[in-house]
Amino acid sequence: MRHITVFLTCLIILFQDASASPVDFENQTITVAIEQEPPQLNSAKATDQVSGMVLGHLMEGLVRYDRRGRVVPGVATRWEMTDDKATFYLRKDARWSDGKPVTAHDFVFAWRTALKPITASEYAFIFFPIKNAQAINKGEMPADQLGAIALDDYTVEVSLERPTAYFIKLTAFVTFSPIREDFFNAKGDEYAANADDMLYNGAFIMPEWTHSASLKMVKNQNYWNKDNITLNAINVDYITADTRARLNLYTDGKIAFTRLDGETYKDALSQRFRIRRFTTGSVFFIEYNHRPERVTSNINLRKAIQHVFDPDEMVNRVLAVPGNLRGESIFPVWLNGVEDKFRREYPAPTARYSVATAKQYLERAREQLGGEIPPLVLLVGDSPTATKQGEYMQGLLLNKLGLEVKIDVQTFKQRLAKMTSGDFDMVGAGWGPDFDDIMTFGDLFASWNLNNRGRYKNPAYDRLVRIAMNSTDPKTRMDAMGEGQQILFDDAALLPQYEQGIIYLLHPKVKGVVRRVVGADPDYTHAKVIP
Amino acid sequence: MLMYTLKRLLAGVITVWFIATATFIAMHQVPGDPLMNDKAVSAEIRANLEAKYGLDKPVTTQYFIFLGNMLKGDFGISFTQQNRKVNDIIRDHFPVSATLGILAIFFAATGGVLFGALTAVYRNRMPDVAIMFLVILGISVPSFVFAALGQLMLVNINSLFGYSVIPVAGWGTIWHMLMPSLVLGLTTMALLTRLMRSSMLEVVNEDYIKTAKAKGLSPTRIFFRHQLRNAILPVVTVLGPQIAAITTGGFVVELVFAIPGLGRYFVQAVQQLDYTVIMGTTVFYGAFLVFMVIVVDILYGFIDPRVRLS
Repeated sequence: MRHITVFLTCLIILFQDASASPVDFENQTITVAIEQEPPQLNSAKATDQVSGMVLGHLMEGLVRYDRRGRVVPGVATRWEMTDDKATFYLRKDARWSDGKPVTAHDFVFAWRTALKPITASEYAFIFFPIKNAQAINKGEMPADQLGAIALDDYTVEVSLERPTAYFIKLTAFVTFSPIREDFFNAKGDEYAANADDMLYNGAFIMPEWTHSASLKMVKNQNYWNKDNITLNAINVDYITADTRARLNLYTDGKIAFTRLDGETYKDALSQRFRIRRFTTGSVFFIEYNHRPERVTSNINLRKAIQHVFDPDEMVNRVLAVPGNLRGESIFPVWLNGVEDKFRREYPAPTARYSVATAKQYLERAREQLGGEIPPLVLLVGDSPTATKQGEYMQGLLLNKLGLEVKIDVQTFKQRLAKMTSGDFDMVGAGWGPDFDDIMTFGDLFASWNLNNRGRYKNPAYDRLVRIAMNSTDPKTRMDAMGEGQQILFDDAALLPQYEQGIIYLLHPKVKGVVRRVVGADPDYTHAKVIP
Repeated sequence: MLMYTLKRLLAGVITVWFIATATFIAMHQVPGDPLMNDKAVSAEIRANLEAKYGLDKPVTTQYFIFLGNMLKGDFGISFTQQNRKVNDIIRDHFPVSATLGILAIFFAATGGVLFGALTAVYRNRMPDVAIMFLVILGISVPSFVFAALGQLMLVNINSLFGYSVIPVAGWGTIWHMLMPSLVLGLTTMALLTRLMRSSMLEVVNEDYIKTAKAKGLSPTRIFFRHQLRNAILPVVTVLGPQIAAITTGGFVVELVFAIPGLGRYFVQAVQQLDYTVIMGTTVFYGAFLVFMVIVVDILYGFIDPRVRLS
C-alpha cells in the first residue's frame, strides 16, 4: 500500500499540469472557453456571436464602442457627417500585424468585397445606407461604383443613399472591418480558414488556432493603442457547447469565465460562486402569421391572446433563471431615445390581463372566422427552453381561452424553412440587435423586410419606419417609432415575451471585462488581471 | 486467399457506393434548407450561394457531380465553415477520434475479455453476479450520463488534492485521454464481457477441455491455452465493427470533454444540414467501417483456418 502511495505521488508530481491557473497576474493572461468553433472569421461573411466575439478582438473598424457603449475613435481619429456624406480621417499609426499601414483602401476593398454578389455575405444589408450598395449587392452595378471611396491613403469618403442618423455607429460593426486586398487575393478561398490565413489590425493577433480545440489571442505589438492594452494573452483552451462541462472547468480552476443556464445555475449557487447577470439586448416574442389564409391574421384572435399572456409569469415561472426581463415591446429597454432611454420616453403600452376581455375578443374572432377556430400551430425550436415555452403557451391558451394549440418542434434549419414558407400560425422567435440604434429593431416589422417572416403589413407602420430611417432629427425619429410601438400594440402584431438575460461566472481577479449588447461580447480588450 | 481478399474488397466498394447513394437520397429528403440562416437574404445572394454549392442544378445532376468528385476524393467545401474543405475537416479531426477510439477499444477489449473470463470461471457466484450487474448497467446507461459522472469525479479528485491531477477536459496529453476513452469504451466493454462469458461457458463443456483435464494439465494451463484462446474468437469478430462504432460514436464524449474529434462534425452537420460535411463524414466513416470488417474477416482466417474454406 505504501508503495502504491509513493508511486502515485511521483506520478502526480511528474505530470502536474503546469497551466493550472485560469488567470495569471505576472504574465497578464487569462484562459477561457467558447461555446463553439468560430464558423467564419472572414469579417465580410461572419454572422454569428462567437465569430463576432473573436473578430472583435482581432480586428478594428473605423470606430469602436467604449465600455459604456459610446462611439470612440478606432482606426479613424475623427469624422464628419452631413445628410448625404460621411468622411472619416484615418490615423497614420494604425498598422496591420505584418507592419504595413492600414489605409483607406483596405476599408473600401472590404466593403466592396462584402457587397459583391459572389461573396454572398448575409450581412451585406448593413451597407445599404451607402450609395449604390444595394444595386451592387443585386448584381446590377459593378462593385467599384460603391459610394465609398478612398480620397487618399487616409481619408474615406462615404456618399449616402439617404440621410442615415446612425451611420457612424454602423461602422463599428464587424462587417465594416478592413481587409487588405493583396493579402486577401493571395489567400483566395482559404482566407481566414486558419490562423496564418489572416491579417490582423485589432488589439490582438491570433498566432494559434487548432480547429474545434483551442485558439490563442496575443497582444498585437503593431496595434496603435497597444500601451493601453494590459492583457498579454487570451487563451481559449476549450471549445464545448456543454454548459456543465464548462462549469466543471470553472470549478476546477481552468477557465475564468463561463455562461450558466437553468441547469448549471443551481450547482453554481450551491458552490457559492458569485453569479453575475447581463441582459443581452435580444427580444423574444411570438410572431404571428399574418398571411390572409391563416386564422392568426384575425386581429381579434391576436388581441384575445394578448389579454391572457402575462410576461411576468413567463419570466418568473417558465424561464425561472435570473436576468430575464418581462417583454412588453419589440423595442428593448436599453435602446436610446432622444435624451433618455427610448422606453422611458415612450413607455410601452401593455394589455391589462383579463380573461373576460380576452373572451370577448375571441367571440368576435369566432364570428369573423365563421365558427370554430381550428387548432393553432405553434412552431418552436428543439432546445429544451423553446419546447418548455411552447408547452406553457399551449397550456395557457387551452386553459384560459379553450384554444387548442399544436406544438411543432423543429430543428433550426427546418424551423427557418417553415417560417419563410409561412407554414405556421405562431412561431417562437427572437431578434438581436446589430447596431446601437432603434432601427435595428424598428424595421423588423416593415413590410419589405425579408426577416418579417410572418408577413405583417401595415402601411401606417411602414410610413413611420421610413420617417425614422430617413430623418436625422432625433425627436422626429423617436416620435415616429413611439407611434410605431403603439401601432404594433394596437394590431397585436406580435406577442412580446421577454428580453433575454443571461447569467455567468467571472473569475474575481479579472477586471474590466465588458458585456455588450452590440459588438464583441464578452469584450476582454481592456480587461486586466489584478494580484 | 488473394481471390477471397479481392472479392471482399469489391463487395466493400459496392457497399460504400450504396452507403453514399442512400445517404445522398435520405439527406435531400430531410426537410429544411441548408442555405437558410437567422438573417434572411435576398434572392440574388441566395442564387449565388446555390451556384457556389451547385444546388441550382437538378438533384440527379448534383448526384453525378458528387459521385465524380467522390471518386477524385474531393468532398467540397463545408456549408457552415465556408472557407474550409471537408477533406481538411476529416484530415484534421479524424486522427483525434481515432486515437480516442483506439484507447477506448484497448480498455474495452482488455476489460471485456478479463471480466468475461472471470464471470465464466466464477459462474453464478458472487463475482459473476456483481460483474453482470455492472454489465447491465454499462449497457443500459447512456454515455452522456457516464461522461458527466466521469468528469464530475475528476473535479472532485482534483479539489481533493488541491490542484489538477487529471485534467477535466481538453485535448493534448495522455492524461486528457484517460477518462474520455474509459467512458467511451464502457458500453463496448460491457458488451464484450457478456459475449466473452457465454463463449467461455460454451467452451467449458467441449470435449477437448475434458481431454485436457484427463491428460492432467494444470487448471491455469487449461484456462489460458485451451479455454481462453478458443473463446476469444467471437470477441474478435465483433471487434472490427465495434472499433468503427466507437471511433464514430464519440459525439457526446467529445462534447463533454471538449475534444476536437470528427464525431462533433458528424452530428452537427446533420443538425445544420451541412450537405457536404454530411456526405464527406458518412462516406468516410462508412468506408472505414467496411474496411474494418474486411480486415477482421481476413484476420479471422489466420486465427481460425476453418473460416477460409467457406
